[in-house]
Amino acid sequence: MRMPLFRGAKRWPLVVAGLFLSSMLLAACGENSPSILNTAGPVAQSESGVFYLILIIATVIFVGVEAWLLYSIFRYRERPGMPNPRQIHGSTRIEVLWTVIPAIILFIVLAITISGLFSVAAQPPGKALKVEVVGHQWWWEFYYPEYHITTADTMHVPVGTIVQADLYSNNVIHSFWVPQLTGKTDVIPGHDNTRWFKADKTGVYWGLCTEYCGLQHANMKFQVSVDTPDAFNTWVTSQQQAAATPPAGSLAAQGQKIFAQQCTSCHGIVGVDLKSDVDPAVACNDPNNPNAAVCKVGPNLTHFGSRDLIAGGVLTIDWSKCQPGGDLSNCALAKWLADPQGIKPGNDMNVSLTPDQIKALVAYLESLK
Amino acid sequence: MATRTIDSATTLVPRRSLGETYFGEWLMTTDHKKIGLMYIVTGFFFFLVGGMEALLIRTQLAFPNGKVLDPQTYNEIFTMHGVTMIFLFVMPILTGFGNYVVPLMIGARDMAFPRLNAFGYWTVLFGGLFLQSSFLFGAPPDGGWFQYAPLSEMAAGCGVHAVTCTPGANADFWVLGTLLLGISSIAGSVNFVVTILKLRAPGMSINRMPLFSWMQLVTSFLLLFALPSLTAASGLLLLDRHLGTHFYQYFYGGDPLLWQHLFWSFGHPEVYILILPAFGMVSEILPVFSRKPIFGYTFIAWSGVAIGFLSFTVWAHHMFAVGLPPVAQAFFATSTTLIAIPTAVKIFNWVATVYGGKLNLKTPMLFALGFVAMFLIGGLNGAALAVVPFDYQVTDTYFVVAHIHYVLFGGTVFAIFGGIFYWFPKFTGKLLDERLGQIQFWLMLIGVNLTFFPMHLLGLFGMPRRVYTYPADLGWNDLNLMASAGAFIIGVAIMVFLYNLVYSLKVGRKSGDDPWDAFTLEWDTASPPPKYNFLELPVVRSRRPFFDKKYPEIADWKTVTH
Repeated sequence: MRMPLFRGAKRWPLVVAGLFLSSMLLAACGENSPSILNTAGPVAQSESGVFYLILIIATVIFVGVEAWLLYSIFRYRERPGMPNPRQIHGSTRIEVLWTVIPAIILFIVLAITISGLFSVAAQPPGKALKVEVVGHQWWWEFYYPEYHITTADTMHVPVGTIVQADLYSNNVIHSFWVPQLTGKTDVIPGHDNTRWFKADKTGVYWGLCTEYCGLQHANMKFQVSVDTPDAFNTWVTSQQQAAATPPAGSLAAQGQKIFAQQCTSCHGIVGVDLKSDVDPAVACNDPNNPNAAVCKVGPNLTHFGSRDLIAGGVLTIDWSKCQPGGDLSNCALAKWLADPQGIKPGNDMNVSLTPDQIKALVAYLESLK
Repeated sequence: MATRTIDSATTLVPRRSLGETYFGEWLMTTDHKKIGLMYIVTGFFFFLVGGMEALLIRTQLAFPNGKVLDPQTYNEIFTMHGVTMIFLFVMPILTGFGNYVVPLMIGARDMAFPRLNAFGYWTVLFGGLFLQSSFLFGAPPDGGWFQYAPLSEMAAGCGVHAVTCTPGANADFWVLGTLLLGISSIAGSVNFVVTILKLRAPGMSINRMPLFSWMQLVTSFLLLFALPSLTAASGLLLLDRHLGTHFYQYFYGGDPLLWQHLFWSFGHPEVYILILPAFGMVSEILPVFSRKPIFGYTFIAWSGVAIGFLSFTVWAHHMFAVGLPPVAQAFFATSTTLIAIPTAVKIFNWVATVYGGKLNLKTPMLFALGFVAMFLIGGLNGAALAVVPFDYQVTDTYFVVAHIHYVLFGGTVFAIFGGIFYWFPKFTGKLLDERLGQIQFWLMLIGVNLTFFPMHLLGLFGMPRRVYTYPADLGWNDLNLMASAGAFIIGVAIMVFLYNLVYSLKVGRKSGDDPWDAFTLEWDTASPPPKYNFLELPVVRSRRPFFDKKYPEIADWKTVTH
């Protein structure tokens, strides 16, 4: 019987080809994305490598079976005068064949899978940079136990060095994922999960929280800044310095006063010496002392002026637009201080600051390089 | 009783009892056909609810930094989309089809326990209304359909630096709602198992039973064994939240991961619960519209059983990223690979059924063929997810959203629409309009692919799941817009269906008893069937008893031994 809307045999192949081509085109659009196909380290590379293998096998199977289906539909559609078909009930031989052959293919893939998962799990021997990665709601803290420095939102690592990310949470489950460097590992309260990776290329790579963790899960991004060894050492040294003291009477000094009144309860005192930096794995995770005042709600801001991201990556700061005394209408930090709830509803920061207070605070924070 | 007085005598005049009114008949029925219809209608209503939630999600995500829904509302909507679609649409509607069709297919008068059957339906209705009422209390579930602990705990159980967790009743609605629905499913499963095992017509050995009945049987066993895990998990959560226990609270020695193990021990068999009856429907439709028997009946039946058993061994493939020891991950990768084999075998058998046939490409057949085509994609991207190192990258991203929707929408929903178009004449005596059916099918096929195919790419490009918005500079904008456009095309297709439904109920062509020249016993009675189903016991000598009755010269029992 003639189908009222379907005429001509060419529509199906066109649809399939169209989908395929557009996916090719779209793949090119992943250039700006934290794409797993745009790898910068060995862990991500082995994980994406296996993707290409899967893609080839899946495409062959897809094209083969769909072609068989489409051929059957066209060749055997009812036409006038067509005789009744042979009433075939099955064939044990064919069944065995198409059970065994897929099983073989699947087991080959399984062997690759198992070898891949073991190799990704095993941290290579040798010196590793240990970073304690703490998932808060909804921002990432990075503590370097070797250097006694803590920072947030951006994790600096040197290129070509194995990084051991020890994952902690004292609230809900998060997941640590840097698509271009490594697959994800969940951050589970009470569990000692660890994720190792290595970056082979310098650059800045996006990381994302990939386990639903509440209201602002969408705005819990971070960055991994892969620096040359020299740049990394410079960064470490500058982070280890005591906080800059603003000159007396300056706008920044006013900001410091406001900070001391309004911000320290959540953000802590801006550090003056290394001993006051506390290991969050201890401070924030002690079941015997869950109320530990040393574990702060908000990120430590001692060197905030050296960072680009605010509040879980919800905003990026261009410091040139945040110069003290200048026009702050395009300053992301000023926007954040004016209305944190508007930008990231439900987060823990509830402040009402006047525009003058904001100007002072921006000047102060900008000085904390 | 009313009284009237004539002369001086008073006589009693009986009024109609409630059970004799139209409304009361439906309210008090224990007839599997009426109960089946009520399940189907209720399930479809919730499909529309879940569909609206999906459109809200896609509207919010059509553009970066969307402001259509605030984060709390978005989280409630995506949670309820999952809960509604799974527990209030797919499970009830598949139970409804099973209820209506299985007793007829096996030549029985009714289900084994008619009153339990009615109880199961009303529990679904009230459980569903209870869950939806959470919106009116301002506390719809908002922790995802899977409600991971410790996010689902009260604030005290989350650690002092946890923000909010779930202090409100949202998680309680989820727990109590799913418990109610679980009770209904267990009642239904017990009924199906006893009915299928004990009430088959003489001559219908289990080896001759229609494949839809086989799949209902396996599904029922899965429900009976999987729901206890969910009940346990939910019960412990309720205790944590309200009675001061610490099962999932690490600060007091509990373990959040316990929730995941218990939940996925239910959750994985659950997804096979959602697909096996669909496999059964497709296995009924393809042969009838290809004019030949299903290819490899035994293999399809046994692969269903194999999938049922294996489904209890794969649960931690939802947990590859949680930090299980590599040996454990290797075990689950192996079991997941194993379960792919029977699934592949089924697909080949379906295509072999179509091959060499005489295809009648009416709407039920289009949906069944569409099912095979789309489910293949869902199976392939599912097998990809079983490759653990790749899973580490794409789990919890839109790649998984693509997978689940290809198997659930391209799979189960297509099969459900195939079943609707196939059995509507049996339920109502009228045919659904064929032209509108064709339009709906093509719109849905295009819509499904436009919505969900780009999600593979979004996952590869780094977009996580369950995010209420995304920034404009990460290259995800075009793909999201495409997905949203596709969702609205699906919406149009559903509206075409609703129009078709109303139109056909009013003025649809009469179908007669057997409009499709089908093979199984439900067609060997009137459309709609009389209350007692069959006047005489059907004669069953093969897998296609009605085919044998209509075509005695080429009857199956003359050519093959089953």
